[in-house]
Amino acid sequence: MGSRGICDKVAIVAMGCTTFGEHWDKSLDDLIIDASIEAFSGTELTKDDIDAFWIGTAQSGMSGITLSKPLQLSNKPVTRVENYCTSGSEALRAAAYAVASGAYDVAMAVGAEKVKDSGYQGLNQFPIPGDGTGRTLTAAAMFSMVAPAYCKKYGVSQDDMSQVLARISVKNHHNGSLNPRAQFQKEISVDTVLKSPRVAGMLGVFDCAGVADGAACAIIMRAEDAFKYTDRPVFIKALSFAAGSGSGLIDSTYDYTHFPECEAAARDAYGQASIEDPRSQLMMAEVHDCFTPTELVLMEDLGFAPRGTAWKEVLAGTFDLDGALPVNPDGGLKSFGHPVGASGLRMIFECWLQLRRQAPKARQIESKSNLAMTHNLGGYPGEMVSFVSILGTEPPKT
Amino acid sequence: MRGIIRYSTYLPHWRLDREEIAKFFGQGGGRGTRSVAGHDEDTTTMAVEALRPVVGVDQDDEISRVYFSTCSPAYLDKTNASTIHGALGLDSRVGAYDLGGATRSSTASLLAGFESTGNCLVCMSEIRGGLPTSPDETQGGDGACGFLIGSESANRDVLAELIGSFSTTEEFLDRWREPTSELSKTWEERFGEYRYLDLGVSGFNGACEKFGIVPGDIGQLVISGTHTRASIALGKKLGIPLGSIQSELSEKVGNMAGAHSGLLLAGAIEGAGPGEIIALIVLADGVDVMFFRTTEAVKSWHQPETLGDQISKYDLVPYSKFLSWRGMVTVEPPRRPEPARTSSSAAWRSRRWKFGLEASRDPVTETVYMPPSRVSMERDSVDQMDVAAKSASKGTVVTYTVDRLAYSPSPPIVFAIIDFDDGGRFPVEMTDCSPDQVDIGKRVEMTFRKLAVSEGIRNYFWKARLID
Repeated sequence: MGSRGICDKVAIVAMGCTTFGEHWDKSLDDLIIDASIEAFSGTELTKDDIDAFWIGTAQSGMSGITLSKPLQLSNKPVTRVENYCTSGSEALRAAAYAVASGAYDVAMAVGAEKVKDSGYQGLNQFPIPGDGTGRTLTAAAMFSMVAPAYCKKYGVSQDDMSQVLARISVKNHHNGSLNPRAQFQKEISVDTVLKSPRVAGMLGVFDCAGVADGAACAIIMRAEDAFKYTDRPVFIKALSFAAGSGSGLIDSTYDYTHFPECEAAARDAYGQASIEDPRSQLMMAEVHDCFTPTELVLMEDLGFAPRGTAWKEVLAGTFDLDGALPVNPDGGLKSFGHPVGASGLRMIFECWLQLRRQAPKARQIESKSNLAMTHNLGGYPGEMVSFVSILGTEPPKT
Repeated sequence: MRGIIRYSTYLPHWRLDREEIAKFFGQGGGRGTRSVAGHDEDTTTMAVEALRPVVGVDQDDEISRVYFSTCSPAYLDKTNASTIHGALGLDSRVGAYDLGGATRSSTASLLAGFESTGNCLVCMSEIRGGLPTSPDETQGGDGACGFLIGSESANRDVLAELIGSFSTTEEFLDRWREPTSELSKTWEERFGEYRYLDLGVSGFNGACEKFGIVPGDIGQLVISGTHTRASIALGKKLGIPLGSIQSELSEKVGNMAGAHSGLLLAGAIEGAGPGEIIALIVLADGVDVMFFRTTEAVKSWHQPETLGDQISKYDLVPYSKFLSWRGMVTVEPPRRPEPARTSSSAAWRSRRWKFGLEASRDPVTETVYMPPSRVSMERDSVDQMDVAAKSASKGTVVTYTVDRLAYSPSPPIVFAIIDFDDGGRFPVEMTDCSPDQVDIGKRVEMTFRKLAVSEGIRNYFWKARLID
């Protein structure tokens, strides 16, 4: 038994992604339709050519009807999947495996979320009847516990940590400023981050992902068919997923400076794609920067920097757009915004643009590498699900 | 001999400086402080806190009954003593009963404890208040007390026996409250004083005559009643020195109505020497006079923290916060959804955890699961766990955060990850502290609280509080 992956068995031939933001004038259906139209407009395929569909949404809709109704899909296999903030990645995984298995020729993965209709700040969980003993903390509070723990373990001063976290936010805002689809297209200064109102622990408003509505989608088919529909298909080199047991919450040895689920997912994905040194082999990485300390720790979990050193690398600009390994070149959750179910596919969308050299010029990464990575997580430190994908334009060796 | 085996008092962490009231409104208030229940406390949670030190101390402590009295109950129709029963992890064969409505119910709970057989837990708990600037707001107090009443055995002694009680009843209207209101009303003060003085003197004389006691035999006299002026006047009239606890409670804690008599009694026992007679007079729609005699063993038991220490250890709550906790002013809540109501069936299934804080422990790896788990994460085993009671465990803060966005009846939420000394890690909300008092390495213990109320359903669970 083992995780063998589906390296080079399937390819993405078309994608769509709406702008992310406060779409007061758009419903979930509108967002799904807009993303789908963009995907279909880039290929000769129509919705009738798609054999099966998956929609990832955390809590904007139930069942496959969430997708089949707005797209008017008649008696097709349409499934809604949910896996916290990785719901969009989960839709992609299901569609990719379905095609790889030979069950379908063409499949579509959609991720969508309508967050801003709730009337509340931040993200809110759909209440499941329970005994009332579960935590009611915000995600910001749970992730805020990472920063002091990291400081303590690696002897980083609180002032230095503030600078590091602010630097991550500034970088992602800079990248977002070059992205016409991003929620926040504005450069900010370190000072702005440091002076922003506190939300939880040492985290301020500018340490948190943008709360946005949006949708993204991908059309997937067998690798050998891909060139019939696009001259630049993006091949799936690896898909991995890890769900923790929640042990971090009750394990006294867990120290809040790393996310074991993310390490496990990365290890599996690198194995599937035969990546030995992600930092030098990847062109770019999209990672789940829900809060600035999350991105910091992920640089180590994903193997981009040795333990205890990522904070220095952040300050040195390693993960900037022009750095050794650009991270979140599209602005990330921070400035692109985080419509929960859409984010996983939005990350894929940036890889799609970058690998095909179709990103806006100002943020197109110059690289010899044709490999890109997305990392998408859901949950909290200690109780997490994590997804990693590796994508590339190098065609399968036949 | 049947008597009081153990006693315990609980004063909430917070005090209101009575002078704050006049500073804010230009009227009302007074000198000294009053005790204030936290926003996450009600009479049930305070009763649990009061009883925790007196149960499970000795193998002979098998409880047969719980009597809980309050005139500020968390629920009506539903028994609140069953929540207390659950939080204390008592055996299902223990009867648990509420006595409520009138302040005099507390006397009934005490007498019921003495007149029953077996080990009885008696607890009294009150949260008192009134309209801003009112005497009830200023002079009222919040608190609870608990007694274990039973018979002496080889392992434990009676601290004080009940010599006897003497009661009279008289119908008149001095203080009343409509069942749907939280605010009491009173008749003209002089009338109540006239009646209670008369009742007090005749009741005391009647009790002395019945039990052959003369005033000179009495070591400490304590007088409880919601009519403060009548209590003071009666003390003077009887010419017997009042126990020092009487003025201590008035000046620093306030009048806890039904629970006041129990706190006075506990305080008097705590300050008494062997063989001392304590007279407790309760003025409530008549009079109850109870004579207690301490035994040689009276100093053999002390609650973990003396009432004197409880009185002197507190933090002040700003008057503005007090008013919002009491619902007298409504402040803007965080723009977050309020918690959903607790599922009754889910809460029932997990009652040993939710109310009793019973975790599970893998007997092989010693890993503690909170909440309890049926499946081990380290070995291939199902349903091979031991019970691990955690409510009495102490722990250390590993890390913490302050959540300024999450919904709370009194934001911000201070939340900590704690490691218990006897094993287990627990992410838990902190209480009775300000954010700047919490730090990594601080010591904590568990306390039973009300997390939130939704659709009238109180979500009870445990929080952590700092130990000094």
